Formats: sequence, C-alpha cells, structure tokens
Amino acid sequence: MVTLQLKELGARYGSSTALQHVNTPVFHAGQMVAVIGPNAAGKSTLFKRVAGMLKGPGEVLLQGSRKGLDGICYMPQDISANARLTVYESILLAAKQQHQGWAVTDAELAQVGAIAASLGIAELAFRNLGELSGGQRQLVSIAQTLARDPEILLMDEPTSALDLHRQIQVLDFMRTLARERGLIVFIALHDLNQALRYCDHALVIANGQAQRSGPCGQVITADMLREVYRIKARIESCSQGTPLVIVDGVA
Amino acid sequence: MTSPAMTAPADQSAGYRAMVRRKRWLLLGFLVLTTLSLVLDLALGPVGYSVKEVVQAVLWPDSVPMQLRVVVWDIRLPTALMALAVGAALSVAGAQMQTTLNNPLASPFTLGISAAASFGAALGLAFGVALFPSFAGYVVPVNAFVMAMLSAGLIHLLSMKRGVTTATIVLLGIALVFTFNALLALVQYFATEQAVAAVVFWTMGSLTKATWPKLGVTCLVIAITLPLFARNSWALTALRLGDDKAASFGINVARLRLQTLVMISLLAAFPVAFVGTIGFVGLVGPHIARMLIGEDQRFFLPASVMTGALLLSISSVVSKTLIPGAIFPIGVVTSLIGVPFFISLILGSKERSW
Repeated sequence: MVTLQLKELGARYGSSTALQHVNTPVFHAGQMVAVIGPNAAGKSTLFKRVAGMLKGPGEVLLQGSRKGLDGICYMPQDISANARLTVYESILLAAKQQHQGWAVTDAELAQVGAIAASLGIAELAFRNLGELSGGQRQLVSIAQTLARDPEILLMDEPTSALDLHRQIQVLDFMRTLARERGLIVFIALHDLNQALRYCDHALVIANGQAQRSGPCGQVITADMLREVYRIKARIESCSQGTPLVIVDGVA
Repeated sequence: MTSPAMTAPADQSAGYRAMVRRKRWLLLGFLVLTTLSLVLDLALGPVGYSVKEVVQAVLWPDSVPMQLRVVVWDIRLPTALMALAVGAALSVAGAQMQTTLNNPLASPFTLGISAAASFGAALGLAFGVALFPSFAGYVVPVNAFVMAMLSAGLIHLLSMKRGVTTATIVLLGIALVFTFNALLALVQYFATEQAVAAVVFWTMGSLTKATWPKLGVTCLVIAITLPLFARNSWALTALRLGDDKAASFGINVARLRLQTLVMISLLAAFPVAFVGTIGFVGLVGPHIARMLIGEDQRFFLPASVMTGALLLSISSVVSKTLIPGAIFPIGVVTSLIGVPFFISLILGSKERSW
C-alpha cells in the first residue's frame, strides 16, 4: 500500500520563497488529509511542489507505489477552461495523457463512462465545456483527475463552486474512493467543518510554512483559528458527537 | 454537439464513436469540396478549358496537346496547389497559435509575422536592400522570410521571460504589427511611385508568384511540421484546458509552447515570403474548423488544413471569375468572401464559438 511523507519541502517563484520547511508524518493509503490555511498561504504551491510542477528543496518520499511520481495527480483550482470539447472528450483527454497513441480503446471509453456516472455527470457527457455551470465544471475537473488513475490525489478546493448537495456528494465519494482504492487524498478546504467531518488529518499552511499537522480534532482548535485565521471561534460537539467550529467574530 | 441524455456508459461509448464517425465524414466532405475547388481552379483562366481536358492533362499529360499541358503544368497547377498549400499552412499556423496562446485573436497576421515580412519585402522592392546578399536572385522572398523569422524569434525570446503570460505575448505581437506597419509606411514614403505600387501589390498577396520550387518548399515545411503536431495532439488539446491543468497532466507546458511556436513560425514565414500577405485564412480557417469539428487535435488539425486550403482555393477561383481575364489579389478576395461566411457562421451558431 502506498505511503507518502514530505520532508523539508520548499518552493520558490523567482527570487521569492513561496514555501519552506514543510514536514509531515507518513500518510497511509485510505487517508484523507485536509490542507487548510488562509488565502495565498501556499496551499496550491505545496500541491504543485508535491506534484512535481514546481522545483524546490526537500523530498517527496513515496513508498509502495505502483506508478511512482506519475501516481501523484493534482487537480488545479482553475476551472475556467471553455475549450470546444465535450465533457466526455475532456475526461478521455485526461485518460489519454498516460496511454498515448491516437486510437481510443473500448476499455478507455468504459473507464470514462464509469467515472462520469460515479460523479453524476453522465447526462452532461456530450455538452461542451463552455456550456457548463461553475459547479458542473468542477465535477468535470474531478472526473479528469480521477481518469488519470491516481494513487495520491491533490485536490485544490474541489468543492468551492459546488452547491451544498454536490459538496457532500463529492466529499462522500472521495472518502469512499480513498478507503476502497487505497488512495491518499489531500483536499484544500476552507470549510473547516467539512474538514472535521471528512478528513483524518489536517495540515495547516500559513505564510508558506506548515504551522501544524495532526489529527483534525487536535489541529482545528480555537487557538489555531485565532493564530492562523485571526477569528474568535469555539469548537463544540454536535448532538451526534462530531466537533463543530462555531465562529463568534474576527479576533 | 448537444445530444439526448445518454447516461449508461455503453450508450456514452456508442455516442462517442458516433461523434467520431461524424467528424470523419466532415473531414471527408472537406476533402471532396477541396478537390472540386482545385479542379475548378485549374479549369479557370484566360484560356478556356473544360474540366475534362484539365483532369486529363493532370492525370495523363502525354495524351493532351502541348499548349494545354504547358498551361496546366507550368502555370495553373503550381498556382492552384500553392493556394491549397499556403491556405493549409496559414490555417494550421493560426490554429496552433490560438491553441498555444489560448487566444482567439492569435494568427500570423495579428502577431506581427506578416507585417514583418511585408516590411522585409518592401525593403527589397523599394530600395533593393538584400538582407541575405548571397540569395541575390530572391531578394523579396528572402527578405520577407528573414524578417518573419526575426519577428517570430523576438516573440519567442520575450515569451521566455519570467512572468510573461500568453496575453502579454499577444499584446507584444500587436505592438510588432504597429511597429512594422509604421516602418512599411516609412519605406513607402521614401520610395518611388513605381516601387510603392509594387509594395502595395505585394502586400495584397498574389498566388501568381507561385512556382514549383516554392510550392515544394511550402509542402516540405507542412510535411515536417504536421507529423510533429500530430504526435503532440493530446498534449496540444490539453493546453486549451489551461496551463495549470495541462501541467497537472504531466505536460511540460513551456517546452511544448516553445516547440510549437518554432514550428508555427516556419509555417507562417514561408508562405508569406512566397505569396505575400494573406491575413484572413490564418485567423478564420481554424475558427471554422473549431466550430464544425471541435478542438480534439486529432480532428481539429486536419480540419484546419482543409478549411485553410478550401478557403484559399475558393478565393483563387473567385479571384479569376470576378472580372474575366483579370486576376484579383488573393488576399483581398479571401477577406471579401470569407468575412460574410464567417460572420454568418458565428451568428448562426447556437453555441459559443470560443
């Protein structure tokens, strides 16, 4: 089973340091990791660095992987693409990046169909990307990422454009996928209650550094919210025992 | 391209196969139309020949009178084939510029390559300046080519600077257009009346400059670049999903963009050097292809070849028929017949064209 650990990871844009000294424990197959932090904290940079899209110091230690670094798949935040491609073509396009060659096989088509169906976007299959709403585009983007048969998934705010129903549907789906297929899923989230509900581990990024890391319940605390987000908040248990972040105001 | 909901994976697979078949039929349709236009182009001219005679002269040259053979093989065939080759080259160049720069306005014309070529040609026509003295017999096309490559090289250099976005490259291209147009005006200001007339005629574009060697070079450039584009077809298609998405697919976006821009420069520079400025095809050919066939490069690339070739071939036919005995400059005709068609296509489409 795949494991992943980050050691002293850093990244630079030109002369400015965007990320430094990020260390994590060893993450195991099936784990969901919430990557949280304020805007421009370095979450996307961390994902790009882990995915190999940015160079920098440190190590991405991957063990037990069948695909190596190719198994690390990043899903960017930007969903503005309006290429004249159908949803089906765009998912197939993602799948074809690893199986080159002009011809499209029945197995590849079956894979695309299954992914579209699992995300509830099968009815959009032959709509052009430009005709989709923001939420629909986000689901297509998730489908494209899944089509690459990932072992490690780095999802940059995958629910930011989705309505509440779709957010829950996607997060449920991702958690099931992580457990069943043994993926390690990193999700950048702004909704900390969703992080508490769906993720096993939280990694707090602020000012380009990993400020805290650990089980969600231990990391998402009133102290952390005051320090990192500069808000006054309480963590209380709901009637079903799940911890909830209740925001009282700006600190 | 919207179709009834097909939710089962098997239905979707069948739907996709049907879509691919439809695209193949469209490409075949383009091929048939282009062939018909080519035959018509060969048949038209000051000396009237029937389609049958012309086809016979092409397929069995020894079986026709020498006059017909000379007219077809030495005059009309290079010109008609040059229309196809130049149209294809400019359209593919425009298609890949629009793809790599993610901008619907990108084309050899709008990025300054054509304007640079015109300036180079004008230097030769007006003052006899040879930018490459060793090719003294081909001052105008060589000057045009050198300037086109220089402008493309300048864009490449600037695009490699850190922080330069695709939008910046397009703006730099537009700045080059204005710069070279100003320099062209300066050349015309100081040139003699005859030279000005020659420069103006050159900038209108004309297929009458076509020869077999020029056609051969243009075809060679197409033959070199198309397979390279085809090899990168999935990666090039992915570029239209945005740089971040393409990079997340494992594509080296900067390297792919640079490779593509180099090939685009060759595709744009040679035709412009040989037949002058033909602005419309490189911009509109790809848009028509995109609207009809989508942006999967496996189909978009051949479709761009066909739309460009067909547009310029039809323009060549029209340029001969507007006034019997006279041949209108191809660049003018292309825009005049292409613009209404293009506008009707954009306004008639229920879907966004970009």
